[in-house]
Amino acid sequence: MVDVKRIQEGNYDLLTVVGDVDASSSIELDNAIEEAIESGGKKFLIDCSNLDYISSAGLGVLEEFRKRDITMIIYGLNEKVANVFEILGLDQLLVIKQTKEEAKAALG
Amino acid sequence: MLLTALSILFSKTSGLEQSVGDEAPPILMSLFIFALFTFYKYRIERAESINFVDLLWKVFVTGLIATIVSLFFQLVMNMLGNTKLAENVVFLDFIYLSNFGLVAAFLISTFIVWKRLILYQKSRFLLTAWKIFEYALLVGLVMNALPVTIVENFEDVYLIILILVGLVLSVNMKWVAYLNFKQKWKSILLIALAMFYLGYFSFTLVSASSEIADKTDAFLDIRENIFIIALVSFIFIYALFSLLVLLFNLPTSSVFEQKLEEVVSFQKLSQSIQTEQNEERVYEILIESSVNTVFADAAWIEVDNEKDGPKYYTHKIDVEGIIKIKNHLKANKIKGILDQGIDKTKNLNKYLATLRGSPYRSMMAFPIKVKGKQEATIALLKDVSEGFNKENSKIISTFSNQAGISIENFRLLTEALQNERYKEELKIAKNVQSSLLPDEIVQDDDYSAAAFSEAADEVGGDYYDTYRINDHKVAMIISDVSGKGTSAAFHMSQMKGVFYSLTQHDMSPKDFLDSANNALSRCLDKASFITTSYYVFDTKKKQVEFSRAGHCPTLYYSKAEGKATYFQNKGLGLGILRNEGFKNYIQIDTFMYSPGDILVLYTDGITEAKNVKGEEYGYDLLREAIQKHSDAPVEEIKKEIISELYAFTGTEAIDDDYTVLIVKFN
Repeated sequence: MVDVKRIQEGNYDLLTVVGDVDASSSIELDNAIEEAIESGGKKFLIDCSNLDYISSAGLGVLEEFRKRDITMIIYGLNEKVANVFEILGLDQLLVIKQTKEEAKAALG
Repeated sequence: MLLTALSILFSKTSGLEQSVGDEAPPILMSLFIFALFTFYKYRIERAESINFVDLLWKVFVTGLIATIVSLFFQLVMNMLGNTKLAENVVFLDFIYLSNFGLVAAFLISTFIVWKRLILYQKSRFLLTAWKIFEYALLVGLVMNALPVTIVENFEDVYLIILILVGLVLSVNMKWVAYLNFKQKWKSILLIALAMFYLGYFSFTLVSASSEIADKTDAFLDIRENIFIIALVSFIFIYALFSLLVLLFNLPTSSVFEQKLEEVVSFQKLSQSIQTEQNEERVYEILIESSVNTVFADAAWIEVDNEKDGPKYYTHKIDVEGIIKIKNHLKANKIKGILDQGIDKTKNLNKYLATLRGSPYRSMMAFPIKVKGKQEATIALLKDVSEGFNKENSKIISTFSNQAGISIENFRLLTEALQNERYKEELKIAKNVQSSLLPDEIVQDDDYSAAAFSEAADEVGGDYYDTYRINDHKVAMIISDVSGKGTSAAFHMSQMKGVFYSLTQHDMSPKDFLDSANNALSRCLDKASFITTSYYVFDTKKKQVEFSRAGHCPTLYYSKAEGKATYFQNKGLGLGILRNEGFKNYIQIDTFMYSPGDILVLYTDGITEAKNVKGEEYGYDLLREAIQKHSDAPVEEIKKEIISELYAFTGTEAIDDDYTVLIVKFN
C-alpha cells in the first residue's frame, strides 16, 4: 500500500510517498504524479523518506516522469531503496539528493 | 372347464354314467380364476403407467367387452325363443358358464386395478393388510374347490370377515387427491359405469343360475361361491367409496392444482441456475410463476441498475403504468409497499382507488435480494380490493427469496468459470515462459555450470540462456523482465529473440547491450524495462568480459582470496533510456578466472525473498552460502543454495521467480 500526499510549498509541489510501491500500488503513484502535473505543477520534490520498498514497476513510473517537461528531484531514500535505484542505474538518470535542503537547493 | 362342467351336467341329466368326478368342476373353476388372476396381475400390475384414469379406463373397457358378449348371448337366447334348445339345460348352462367366465375376467381385472389404487403410496402396514386379504381370498377360492363342507355356518362367517377386511382396505383413497378436476370427472364416470356393469352381471348370473337351479342341481352355483361373492362385494364397496370421495373432492381440486403449480414453479426457479440460463431468465420465470400461483392481474419486476437506470419485466402492464402507480404511491406517502418490512396484505383500496385510469385495487411487493443487497422488486396487482391473502404473500416471499438465491448462485458460477479461465491463461503463460528457458547449458572443459529456475504462481519474467559463439567463446545471459503475468512472459520471449540474434555476431558485452536496448526500446511497453547481465567467456584467454544493464550485481568467489564479492560496476536497465545516450551508462568489466573460482548469476527474487518476519534473504546471506559451499561440485552448490533459501523463507510458496545460475571454473 502506498499513500501519496501533495503540498504546495513556494514555487514547487512537495509529494510525500509513504509505504510500499509494488506492481499494484505503482498505479496510485502514477496517478498522483500525473494529477500534480496536470494541475500545472512544473517543479516537484519527492520525499521518499517514508518509502519502505519500491519494485521495478514503481521505478518504471518514476522513470517515466523523467521524460516529461518537468523538474523532479527525489530525496530521503533509505539505504535499501537507494540500492534498488542504483542497481537499475536510475541514480544516473534521476536527480537524487540526501536531504530536503539539498533538494531545494538543487531546484534553484 | 366349460366342457367338463357341461359333460357332467349332460351325463347327469341324461342318466348316463359319469366319466368325470363331481369334484372336478369347482377345482377347474378355481384354477380358471387363478389363471385369470395371474394373467391380469402381470398385465395390469406390471404396467409402467401409474395414470389412474388409464387404469380405470381398463376396467371400463373390460366391462364393456364383457357386456357386449353377454348381450350377444342374450340376443341369441331371445332369437331362439321357446325352442327346444332354449329349454335345454345343457345349453343354458353353457350360456351361463360363458357369462360367468366373462364376469370373472372383469372382476379379476377390476380387483387388480383396485389393488393398485389402494396400494398407491403404500405403507408397510397397508401392504401386510392387503396380503392378508389376498390370501384370505385365495383360501376362499380353495375352500370352494374342495368338495367337503366343514361347517355350514363357517362359510358365512368367513364371508363376512372377508367383506369386513375389504371394507377396511377400501378407505385408502390417496390417489384421488392427485387427480385434477377433469380427471376426477372422468374417474367418476368410469367408476359409475363399472358399478353398472357389476350390477348387470350380478343380476344376469344370479337370474341365470336360479333358472338352471330350477332344473338341475348339478351345476356351479355362484351364489354359493365365497370367493366370487367376497370379490363382488369388495369391488362394489371400493367403487362406491371412490365415487363418493371423488364427488366430495371435486370442489377442492383447484386448491390441489394450485399447490402443484407452486411446486412446479418453485422447481423451475431452482433449475434456472443452470449455466445456459441467465439472470434475465430467472426474472422471467419469477414473474410468470408468481402471476400464475396467486392469479395476479398484472405484475412487474423492477431491476435496479445504477448505470442504465431501472429495467422492467412486465406482465400485462406497461412501464408508463408502473411509473404512474409508483408516483401515486409516493404522492400518497404510502411507505413500505415497495420495500420489505410491512404486512403485504394491507388493504390499499382507498389509495389505489384514487388513481384514475388504473383498474387495480390491491397490490403487494417483495424485494429480491442478492447477497443481502436488494437488487430488484417484484410487484403484483389485482383488480379487486384485498385480493391477496397471507398465503399468497408467503408464497411470493418464498419465490422472491428463491429467485435471489438463483441469481446469486448463477453469479458464483459465472465467477468460478471466469476464475477458471484466468487460471488457464496463467497456465498457458507459465508453459510459454518455461519453454523459453534452455533445456541445457552450454558446457565447456573450462567450467561446469548448473541452473535453477522456479516461477512464482503468477508468471514472472526471469530468463537465462547460453550460446557457444565459437570454439573458445561462450556467451551467457541472465535477465529479469519488470512486471508479472502474460506481458512479462511476452517481453521475455522478445529478450530471447534479441539474445539469439545478437550474440552470434560475437559482439562485446557493451555493444550487445547497446543493440539490445535499441531493439527493445521499440517493442517494450512504455513503463516496462528489462535488467540484464551479459557475459562472454573466453577459454583461450581464461577471462570473462561482462556488462551489466541494471541487473543485480554479479557475485564472484575467488579461490585464491577465499571469499566472495559483488562486482561494483555501473549500468542501466534496458528500455529505460530509449536513445543513443544509453551506451554512456554501460561499462565493460573483465576478470581472469582460475580453477575453483565460482561465478553466481541470479535474479532479485533470490535476494528479495522474505521470511515470515518480513526480512530479506539479502546479499550477505547469499555470499556466505557460496563461501561455505565453495569446495563442493557445482550441482551440489546449487542444491545447497536453494535448500538454504527455502529454509530461510520457511515456505514453498514464492512471491517472485527464483533463478540462479552457478558456474564453477575448472
